[in-house]
Amino acid sequence: MSINKAERRLGWLLCAPAVVAMLLVTGYPIAYALWLSLFRYDLRFQAQRSFVGLANYASVLSSDVWWKALTNTLLITIGSVSVELILGLALALLAHKTTIGRRSVRTAILVPYAIITVVAALAWKFAFDPTTGFVNALLGLQNAWLTEHWSAFFVIICSEIWKTTPFMALLLLAGLTQIPADLLKAARVDGATAWQRLRLITLPLMKPTIMVALLFRTLDAFRIFDTVYVQTRGAQDTETVSIVGYNTLIVRLNLGLGSAVSVLIFICVLLIAWLFVKGFGAPLAQRNGGRS
Amino acid sequence: MTFRLEKLFWSGSGLLAVVYALLPVAWIVSLSLKHPADLNDQRFFASRISFDNYRTVFSDSQFPAALWNSVGIAGIATLLSVALAMFAAYAIVRLEFPGKKAVMAGALAIAMFPPVAIIGPLFNLWRLFGLFDSWAGLILPYMTFTLPLAIWTLAAFFREIPWDLDKAARVDGATPLQAFVYVIAPLAAPGVFTSAILVFIFAWNDFLFASALTSTNAARTVPAAIAFFTGSSQFEQPIGSIAAASVVVTLPVMLLVLLFQRRIVAGLTAGAVKG
Repeated sequence: MSINKAERRLGWLLCAPAVVAMLLVTGYPIAYALWLSLFRYDLRFQAQRSFVGLANYASVLSSDVWWKALTNTLLITIGSVSVELILGLALALLAHKTTIGRRSVRTAILVPYAIITVVAALAWKFAFDPTTGFVNALLGLQNAWLTEHWSAFFVIICSEIWKTTPFMALLLLAGLTQIPADLLKAARVDGATAWQRLRLITLPLMKPTIMVALLFRTLDAFRIFDTVYVQTRGAQDTETVSIVGYNTLIVRLNLGLGSAVSVLIFICVLLIAWLFVKGFGAPLAQRNGGRS
Repeated sequence: MTFRLEKLFWSGSGLLAVVYALLPVAWIVSLSLKHPADLNDQRFFASRISFDNYRTVFSDSQFPAALWNSVGIAGIATLLSVALAMFAAYAIVRLEFPGKKAVMAGALAIAMFPPVAIIGPLFNLWRLFGLFDSWAGLILPYMTFTLPLAIWTLAAFFREIPWDLDKAARVDGATPLQAFVYVIAPLAAPGVFTSAILVFIFAWNDFLFASALTSTNAARTVPAAIAFFTGSSQFEQPIGSIAAASVVVTLPVMLLVLLFQRRIVAGLTAGAVKG
């Protein structure tokens, strides 16, 4: 009994530093953000600080900027994650199946993961630049891609897809390796085509892995910041919710209004997670793949 | 016959995948090696190779400082995060105590947390505490945001360790310390090392905190420095220097990833929390 108690105490003692660090830098600030969002608090006009209740939320929710940014964010999220799922699945199948140069393929897939997002965004930006880039010369075009709404979106989404598909592919690969090879072999002997094997055996068995990968990538894509900031700074109507939050807080130093934006982003993320868990039955608590 | 066709198909797509993954990297390297006069020639490959851009970037006042900040901040954050995560993961795997599920669930929740949601409060707090534009001001958030990843990865690795070996060593007469140093630590090392690499990549990569919580060479890391690089005039982007700086900042991570790719894949998929 006393050993049990000692074990309990030791467990908590060992976990405490990590838990305290996590609470201090995320728990406390999010509570502080909730509090700040109820005030008119602009660092440039500090004297005007006053309690305004939900007024900040009202002004964010009634502004075009927020809804435009939310639409843009969802557009980028859905656009990139859906392509990533297909591309990632193809890459995972490739890394799983290919016999020649399997190691080089697996290594190559990891390369985009190793590139920092800002550098990836710059590489794509310079590639599409009308004066330095090779894309226009290659396609025989004269476009200034990042100065027009839809083409800017195109470049942003392409950069995102390139940068984050490896993560998707690796998670899916982990799921793939768990499918018993005998099952696929048996189906093959019974005359199932490659497409039938993929659709009737591989995909259903991978559903949990796919759901988890989708959930993580969706939440990650929803907070997109680096790529947009580097490529357009939100110009041409490419502002995302993170850019709006950043600009309000750090550029315009409006802590009250900015905190309201932050809290709304937080709520959106919770909503997405909830949708995935309730709506699609994503096994959130389960560890992805690799579990034996 | 169909077998051969299939093989051809897979190796063809393999080649395609490699090109897909390397193209933007090759492009930025080629751009960085272009002679400054050729920067606008719209070609993919540099027609004459020059290291002028590298010389410029290293004689710059910002870049070497930023590189030092990145190395120091990412290094310290990694050490601290992995050390704390090791304690927690050990407790979670080896000990029975109430609330251990809550710790894991809480960590998972933080992994999904949108960092922009706490940028404002952190900015304000750091200003008040004097942590704004300091190493500690970045190390703290990096540590926190990488702890979940480290805890999950380490817990996954620790679960695989045959802890009975510890008991066996002690029966054979080893002291607890000896058992740990000679038996358990070598088995745990690969996991610790893997999570350290993942944490380091996260800290090295971050731009949001680095740009919001720093303002000068005192703590500004490379990603932020590159994004805010200005040329001779404020509106001109020195593309050659940016490309050279990008290559320099990519190299260490690329080396880590290529050298330890197996472990990284294992770490990402076993404890995968965030990319």
